[in-house]
Amino acid sequence: MTASSLLAASKIQRRTRSRLVSGTMSLLIAGAFLLAAVPLFLVVGYTLSRGVTHFSWIFFSHSLAGVPPSQPGGGIAAATIGTIEQVGIATLVSVPLGLAAAIYLAEYGVGTRFAGAVSFLVDVMTGVPSIVAGLFVYAFFVISLHRGFSGLAAALALSILMLPVVIRSSQDMLAAVPTSLREAGYALGLRRWRVIAFIVLPTARSGLVTGVMLAVARVCGETAPLLLTAFDNAYINTNPLHGQQSALPLVIFNQAQQAYQPAVDRAWAAAATLILAIVTLYITARLLARRRVGGKSG
Amino acid sequence: MRFRDSSMTRSEPSAVPAAVSGGRRRHRGAAGDSVFHVAVWAAACFVLAVLAAIIIFLAWRAVPALRADTANFWTTTRWLPDNTPPAFGVAALAFGTFLSAALALVIAVPVALGTALFATEYASPRVGPWLGYLVDLLAAVPSVVYGLWGLYWLVPHLTPVQHGLARTLGFIPLFSDPRGVTAQPSRSIFAVSLILAVMIIPIIAAVSREIFLQVEPGLREAALGIGATRWDMIRLAVLPVSRFGLFGAVMLGLGRALGETIAVALVLGSSFSIDFHLLIPGKNTIAANIATQFAEAGPTGRSALIASGLVLFVMTIVTALLARFIIRRSGAQERSAIV
Repeated sequence: MTASSLLAASKIQRRTRSRLVSGTMSLLIAGAFLLAAVPLFLVVGYTLSRGVTHFSWIFFSHSLAGVPPSQPGGGIAAATIGTIEQVGIATLVSVPLGLAAAIYLAEYGVGTRFAGAVSFLVDVMTGVPSIVAGLFVYAFFVISLHRGFSGLAAALALSILMLPVVIRSSQDMLAAVPTSLREAGYALGLRRWRVIAFIVLPTARSGLVTGVMLAVARVCGETAPLLLTAFDNAYINTNPLHGQQSALPLVIFNQAQQAYQPAVDRAWAAAATLILAIVTLYITARLLARRRVGGKSG
Repeated sequence: MRFRDSSMTRSEPSAVPAAVSGGRRRHRGAAGDSVFHVAVWAAACFVLAVLAAIIIFLAWRAVPALRADTANFWTTTRWLPDNTPPAFGVAALAFGTFLSAALALVIAVPVALGTALFATEYASPRVGPWLGYLVDLLAAVPSVVYGLWGLYWLVPHLTPVQHGLARTLGFIPLFSDPRGVTAQPSRSIFAVSLILAVMIIPIIAAVSREIFLQVEPGLREAALGIGATRWDMIRLAVLPVSRFGLFGAVMLGLGRALGETIAVALVLGSSFSIDFHLLIPGKNTIAANIATQFAEAGPTGRSALIASGLVLFVMTIVTALLARFIIRRSGAQERSAIV
């Protein structure tokens, strides 16, 4: 009698304790999630509030030429032109290459050792630090090919960073296309490459576009490789093939290190511009992805 | 010939139209097929070529500085490659790189695992992915913006924390403040590691989430069925199964932290010292050193920076290889930031 009641008591005690532990851990885990989400709002919110107040017509239409760090004025015209050209060229280089490699991995190489190795190394390549991509383009393109600093060099460094992202997302999108669609094409007597070009790619189109947009959003804020390839320029240089070029991240980096408030204000304003551009890209990409799902079910 | 072989691994569909269509058309179509096949195969090879070219060109361009170096490259803490004679080494830089990354992991791993557990085990299946996207957005913020925010918001706001730590825990060498500098905003390795932690939380959380989703639902149901609380279920069913994969996720985060450049370059008050004082300004990392020294460096100086970059590349590639190997073995794929 006493023994069994003791046992019951200890059971109840153990159960309340384990409930208590479980409740505490639940709180901690929810707290961890909040802790992870807080910096997002802090960083984005603070940057926008510091930056947007310095937006002006002059800020978007002028370069930094002849503007000393201690003086207000000047803007991001040269940087915006540079960023658009560099990211544009990087996209033109990495999308065809990345898409072709993804087609190989998803359509031709499935199950082969070689494709397995490439697919694995693509994942590894996402781990190449951006500064190393910049150093490589400097060592290879800027000094070994004697091309000097240019927007094109920056674009090449960015495309090294974009390539694995484009391949991985495209490979997933192509693999998601139902096999029955391919078989329908073969049954109509289509060649394999025509099935891929006219059936598989159009089916995966919006998914592919989403992947590319996310890759663009990821590289347009890259700073480290540009320091070693575009090298910044206070003046507007519209030619990406020749001469140093500015870029939005470079303006943020260089102005942030100045000891004068007007320069730091410019850094915040440029950072706010960059964040707004990236957020726009992200939202557009997600909306495209949603439409794809809606279209499938409808 | 080998291209045909590799396409045979799946059912060979082009055999059907070949049998139906006439000889001339069949020949033309076959040519299109093999051209296309070679083209996409070459694109896949290009990826391997880029990785190889990175190693080759960095090594080639690092040689002049390494030849000219009068100090031991591995053990010297000074970085004076443009002096005559040049004397430089990566010891202090490599130390700072590892210290900041290790500290960032200590901060990031519990938060990231908690985030992933919250999204998979607590939130409803409809809400979970959206919480994931929210954390993924952290990875979308460029590192230069983190650096700017770290320098002008975090470091000043961190002063009471760093000063408090130095006063209360100062008897531990890690938190000691021999020169009494933490009363002022301190661009320390601690501040840098906090920012690095914020930057690597999304990747660790995203991969961990995929790994937790791989755990069989039956295991969870069995645990709950025998009266386990939710935490008991996580502790007994979810964590033991995913332990191996989580190790890969952490390695992936480590690789990112090792290579992060701009946020460190902006926030850290750099010096070339090897010590464990976390709260006082100073120390440096390989990546940040490249970013800050490159513009003003001479030919030998840039070659020396390339040499240090090669060290960083090997470090991060080995980490990434290990991480990806482990993650593949555990059957999870990183699906973050992509739909």
